[in-house]
Amino acid sequence: MRILVWLTEGTWEACVDAARDFPGADITLLHVVDVGTEAALSGSAGLLGRLAGADPAELLAGAERRLFEAARAKLGRDAGTLTLRGRPDHEVVTACADADVLVLARDGEQSRLGPRSLGRAARFVVDHAPCRVMLVWPAAPPRLDSLP
Amino acid sequence: MITVFSLVLLAGVLGFAVARPRGLPEAVAAVPAAVVAIGAGLVSWRDAVHELGELGPTVGFLAAVLLLAYLADEAGVFRYAGATAARWSRGSPRRLLGIVFVIASAVTAALSLDATVVLLTPVVFATASTLGVRPKPHVYACNHLANSASLLLPVSNLTNLLAMSAAGLSFLAFAGLMALPWLAVVAVEYLVLRRFFADDLDTPAHTVDVPREPAPRFALAVLGVTLAGFAVAGPVGVHPAWVALAGAVVLAVRQRQPVRTLIRQANPGFCLFVLALGVVVLAVSDSGFGDVVDRVAPHRPDLLGLLLMAGLAAVLANVLNNLPATLMLLPLAAHSPGLVLAVLLGANIGPNLTYVGSLATLLWRRILHGRGHPPVTGEFLRLGALTVPACLLAGVVSLWLSLRVSGI
Repeated sequence: MRILVWLTEGTWEACVDAARDFPGADITLLHVVDVGTEAALSGSAGLLGRLAGADPAELLAGAERRLFEAARAKLGRDAGTLTLRGRPDHEVVTACADADVLVLARDGEQSRLGPRSLGRAARFVVDHAPCRVMLVWPAAPPRLDSLP
Repeated sequence: MITVFSLVLLAGVLGFAVARPRGLPEAVAAVPAAVVAIGAGLVSWRDAVHELGELGPTVGFLAAVLLLAYLADEAGVFRYAGATAARWSRGSPRRLLGIVFVIASAVTAALSLDATVVLLTPVVFATASTLGVRPKPHVYACNHLANSASLLLPVSNLTNLLAMSAAGLSFLAFAGLMALPWLAVVAVEYLVLRRFFADDLDTPAHTVDVPREPAPRFALAVLGVTLAGFAVAGPVGVHPAWVALAGAVVLAVRQRQPVRTLIRQANPGFCLFVLALGVVVLAVSDSGFGDVVDRVAPHRPDLLGLLLMAGLAAVLANVLNNLPATLMLLPLAAHSPGLVLAVLLGANIGPNLTYVGSLATLLWRRILHGRGHPPVTGEFLRLGALTVPACLLAGVVSLWLSLRVSGI
């Protein structure tokens, strides 16, 4: 079974924990470099020949390397890695074509059970993924009495 | 005909600055264009020399501030800011955003927008990454505040430096009138960004042990004294550029920086570009185009006049870019400090609206394109459309209040 684990900053630990529940599966850790972040980091390119800043591609690659290292260590077993670049929600859906199960964490509202508690990216992926989806809470789920 | 020729000259200068063929400096096109403008009689010798005399101290001030920011970075001021932000945030993305807003607004105001874009943004990214927080809201905050938080002091933005001399405002009078608009605009940015990036900010907090960074006391003290010096320099008849230079020299001597590095970091090429651009813009203003702008520009600093002026500056900043827009509008507003400050609201906030808002954002798009990156128009434009009109309105209304209270 091929498991794709979508790692995003702030919530990836829960996804790696969930992936451990699939012993013997073929696990791939996926990280998407958000072009939005890259663009916002590239402002120094525009300051008209004034001091050039740090290279955004290098900053992003360094952060991603550390993320993969930490995720591998937490998983405690061998896993492949996949790096994509673009709009994260679209890229993840495309990457799902080769997977049996996608593991992703909820983003958006974490203090109540819903309705409409899923953030935009998670909602888009759950809505469009062409494979089975495992959706995990990044921390302890809210109590049942948070239902409206 | 003269109008068309001078506009073509300006377009050529800006186009070259954007394309930078073979990486040549912007001044390579701007200086010959200025010479052509004088040679062809678009600008008289006397006017050109007068313009250069006006711009000279301002450009010198910019060079000194760029140097000051570089030396502050070398002393570890920005690393210290990053470590402090990490510790105080206690791993919470929302708290980190608040702290980044405070730091980015202060750095932009005191050390110019360049310092925020070039020196602070990478530190903020690294801080978010260390904390395991999604970096996007924080990096976008730096990017937006570099423009919109550059309202407070004359040193915050080159446009402000140009305006200070045009309006005859002292350093303190400028800061006094712009304090309220600055606070209002930063508050609007904060509210909009918090909502816009709510999904990214709702991730759970992780506590990470951040090593304590020793405070660069000497550099912080020099920066503090220099800022205070800006305020007192005017009344005693010293141009604040000398104060900035003195601050930079103190830091440079302490760090034993080689003179060549100092000259490079003061960006003489860019300074030359601004001087030449001033002459070319004078040619455009003196031609019929200046009359057209004069006809639509408001002449009274009442609430409607301020709103119109800020709107016009924002539109021109997005059509022409903010530096030429400021150079062109300042002479029309110079009779009223209120209108000059309204020009700045438009020229400084406007660039967040579109990629072409300032030379900076225009170039940014080119670079992304050149590296094969798709420019993220959707998100950038949506955020700009949400923040810029609201910031302009909040800025103008609070400027109007400041003017009423101060009686200027």
